[in-house]
Amino acid sequence: MQTNTVAPLSNSRRFVLTRLHSLAGLIPLGLFLIQHLMGNALAILGSEKYDEHIQFMLNLPFLLLLEIGFIAIPLLFHAIYGIYLSFISKPNAHVYKYKRNISFLLQRVTGIITFIFVIYHVWALRISPVISGNEINHQVVGEHLANPVMMIFYMAGVLSTTYHFTNGISTALITWGLTIGPSSQKTVRNLCFGLFIILTVLGLGSLISFVS
Amino acid sequence: MGAAVDIKLKIKRKDSSDSSFYWEEFNIPFRKNMNVISALMEIQKNPVNANGEKVRSVAWEYNCLEEVCGACSMRINGKVRQACSTLVDRLEQPIHLEPMETFPVEKDLVVNRDRMFSALKKIKGWIPIDGTYALGAGPLISSDVQQEAYKYSTCMTCGCCLDACPNVNSSLPFIGPQALGQTKYFNMHPTGAQQKNDRLSVMIGEEGLANCGNSQNCVQVCPKEIPLTTAIAELNKDANRFALWSWLKR
Ligand code: HEM
Ligand code: SF4
Ligand code: SF4
Ligand code: FES
Repeated sequence: MQTNTVAPLSNSRRFVLTRLHSLAGLIPLGLFLIQHLMGNALAILGSEKYDEHIQFMLNLPFLLLLEIGFIAIPLLFHAIYGIYLSFISKPNAHVYKYKRNISFLLQRVTGIITFIFVIYHVWALRISPVISGNEINHQVVGEHLANPVMMIFYMAGVLSTTYHFTNGISTALITWGLTIGPSSQKTVRNLCFGLFIILTVLGLGSLISFVS
Repeated sequence: MGAAVDIKLKIKRKDSSDSSFYWEEFNIPFRKNMNVISALMEIQKNPVNANGEKVRSVAWEYNCLEEVCGACSMRINGKVRQACSTLVDRLEQPIHLEPMETFPVEKDLVVNRDRMFSALKKIKGWIPIDGTYALGAGPLISSDVQQEAYKYSTCMTCGCCLDACPNVNSSLPFIGPQALGQTKYFNMHPTGAQQKNDRLSVMIGEEGLANCGNSQNCVQVCPKEIPLTTAIAELNKDANRFALWSWLKR
């Protein structure tokens, strides 16, 4: 009879990578996204509050370390592995039009849109000002968003990021074996949809407040 | 042809495993309660296509005719299902029949489902009861557990779940949802649980759970309504723990 020996972890690279991918999306990226959307929402309360927040963020100790370790590395890993995952699956939502299957497709589409948006956004409002030594404040962001094409691009970026993150929470709870049955999965999906609406309103509201 | 009650079939055909696909149309007389198998039998009786040419009869597989053997899976109007339990008058015409192209297509609608049987070997899809001495009666199983296990025991290896899964494809080494459901099934049996870790090491391997992207098509298309996504979430829980503990124990 077979005994219950501990099997060697010989070939579990893919497994470990997907778990790290999920973890990266949830903890560093997810927490940062919420913090970032809330911080930007201060713009709704006026330019002084917003500029104060920017100064606070720029004065954080070990800022570069935080930005690299907590955001850049997890983001690049999650994005690159996510692009790989997006291209190896064969989405079939045009045949099987089930809700979860459409979300599966949207998770991949929004991931790629988010990637393009984030690369541009980080370049335009973080890296490029550091290189040129320009200050970032409410007025500069407002000028950045004054171009309607840019505004639409930012709105699409926010929408795709909030969808990707909130839909990601509902699948991550399956990945981590927390929501097991169909009814708990459905409840979480509805809660995540609520969070999607809240984060989207927050994000779009902040964007509009810059130009109004 | 004549009568207005003819039904139109459009079948994706292939003469042998290494030849290419072509579509062929057939018109066959309608009978009450006709299902896709009886429609295909009409072609077998009189293999003449819609142009009136005599052609090779269409090949497909079937045994039970009551949705328990799993042999007759095919894509009917695009979606995978059992031909024997699909009534013709509920379908839009022309009825498109295609083989499950996730599997190697041998001839017309006949596919080779071997990969699912080798998957069962990989996950040790059995309960070990052989020994050099009498092992005695196994442990009792509560009726709750029996009822839960019963659902998984009805898997007929039909392949619908693999065919509808966006991640069972040639770019991924995925063992497929059927094997995940069966892993859960054999792991939950008290005697089968003796090989739980062997099965979990397949689950955390290249072919295992990591390939699932939670599209949940499998559970939607399974003709036996097996709770495959419940099995997947439970296996995720077990496999995460197993991977962590085996790493810590090293
Ligand atoms: C802005 C930051 C991002 C956040 C907060 C984020 C968050 C998440 C979360 C929480 C998940 C769920 C993980 C799971 O199901 O276990 C996820 C999945 C995924 N992410 Fe992201 N993500 C971000 C950016 C990206 C980018 C740029 C891509 C690139 C294309 C991407 C591609 C994917 C893919 C393909 C999945 C699905 C994985 C699967 O279900 O197999 N993500 N993301
Ligand atoms: S839930 Fe996983 S196994 Fe089932 S169809 Fe989707 S990707 Fe495939
Ligand atoms: S799990 Fe369902 S769909 Fe998959 S092979 Fe078994 S019976 Fe068929
Ligand atoms: S003939 Fe057995 S399932 Fe259809």
